[in-house]
Amino acid sequence: MAKLVATLASTHHPFYLKATTAASEDQIPQAAEWKRKIEAYRETLTRAEPDILVMIGSDHFHQIFLDNYPQFLIGKAPAYDATFYNEEREFGLPRYRLSGDEDLPRFLHQSLLDQNFDFAFSNELKIDHSIVCPIITLRPQNDLPIVPIYTNIFAPPLPAPRRFFDLGRAIRRAIEAYPSDKKIAAIGTGHLSLELGGPRQFMETGPDPAFDRQAIEWLRTGDADAILGSVTHASLDRSGNATHGFLNFILMLGVAGPEEADYADHLDLFHTMEAYFTWYPEGFAQ
Amino acid sequence: MSKYYVNKFLFSVERDPQLLRRYTENPDACVSTWEQSIGPRLLNNEVEFSTVHGLTDEERRALVDHDFVALFEMGAHFFLNLTIFIGIYDEPYAAKQGPLAFQRLFAEKLQHWRGSDYPSVET
Repeated sequence: MAKLVATLASTHHPFYLKATTAASEDQIPQAAEWKRKIEAYRETLTRAEPDILVMIGSDHFHQIFLDNYPQFLIGKAPAYDATFYNEEREFGLPRYRLSGDEDLPRFLHQSLLDQNFDFAFSNELKIDHSIVCPIITLRPQNDLPIVPIYTNIFAPPLPAPRRFFDLGRAIRRAIEAYPSDKKIAAIGTGHLSLELGGPRQFMETGPDPAFDRQAIEWLRTGDADAILGSVTHASLDRSGNATHGFLNFILMLGVAGPEEADYADHLDLFHTMEAYFTWYPEGFAQ
Repeated sequence: MSKYYVNKFLFSVERDPQLLRRYTENPDACVSTWEQSIGPRLLNNEVEFSTVHGLTDEERRALVDHDFVALFEMGAHFFLNLTIFIGIYDEPYAAKQGPLAFQRLFAEKLQHWRGSDYPSVET
């Protein structure tokens, strides 16, 4: 059976590339520290030596719109183009072509249906920055096939927080039941407290630094019970109108299991808290 | 009121460089053209049209005026409402007043919503 060799959950900041490759006189003061932290985090994936990446993100109204919005969707395509015109314009992100894998998503899709997650699917999916950003930070050589999974953190009503956690558990079971000797890493991105298009956007900190500190501690210690006992759609709203991206962290904790993280780091940036976590399965030689 | 149709405008204009330029330079004409020939198209289908949605006068005015405060208050999706106006105003504001000047102005104009529940973006 396939092995899940690492589970990674992080924020995806679309300005990382621009911030760290700008001419040095134009760089923000934290750019060098940010780059150091990202490169250290990248090493946690590299050392797991994965063959395939299952990547959990969320389309930001790039391919998916309100005429037809799935709660959960899996990509089943031989390759994925990535980065939309408006992401090039706004974030300076390059275009990519990511290789896909058609066998693993077929297996995962059936397994998830069998576990009562009625996924939508796409045979022609263009990937947005929720998956491009972790390629840039964690696997910039872009040499591995991916299986993209999109969640709805964006167009209410959203699935319940517990559903995200349970989906993570189901993805873990599906990966470990895959009849293959492949080594698989699961990478998911989202946000801590975040405000976009509202009165608390682009402040010196994220909109709710107390939530950010609490969320980092919950994830570091793997305290799923505390998260699921505290986090509701309404509480996320109070922490910032785009804080629902935290639901993807809950999903990734489901993939990892409610365990202490093997790697945890964070960075207080000018308008968000960035956070980076990695879990290895039991017995993984680090 | 059609939050969906306002969002469809923001979505379809923000993603298209030519439409975004027209919306920047001549919003009145752009909104009219969009209502006549773009908005009614079923998405991802060049042949079929939808008869279901239309803009109210207030929605049309907010779009023509680039009035992101009114759009926020109508429950336009926060991401679309931000990114389209960043696409229009980020560069000129940054050139005059430094990075994120427009984003900070946007937040400033919405300060009266701080501490309150924001208008729902559910459609």
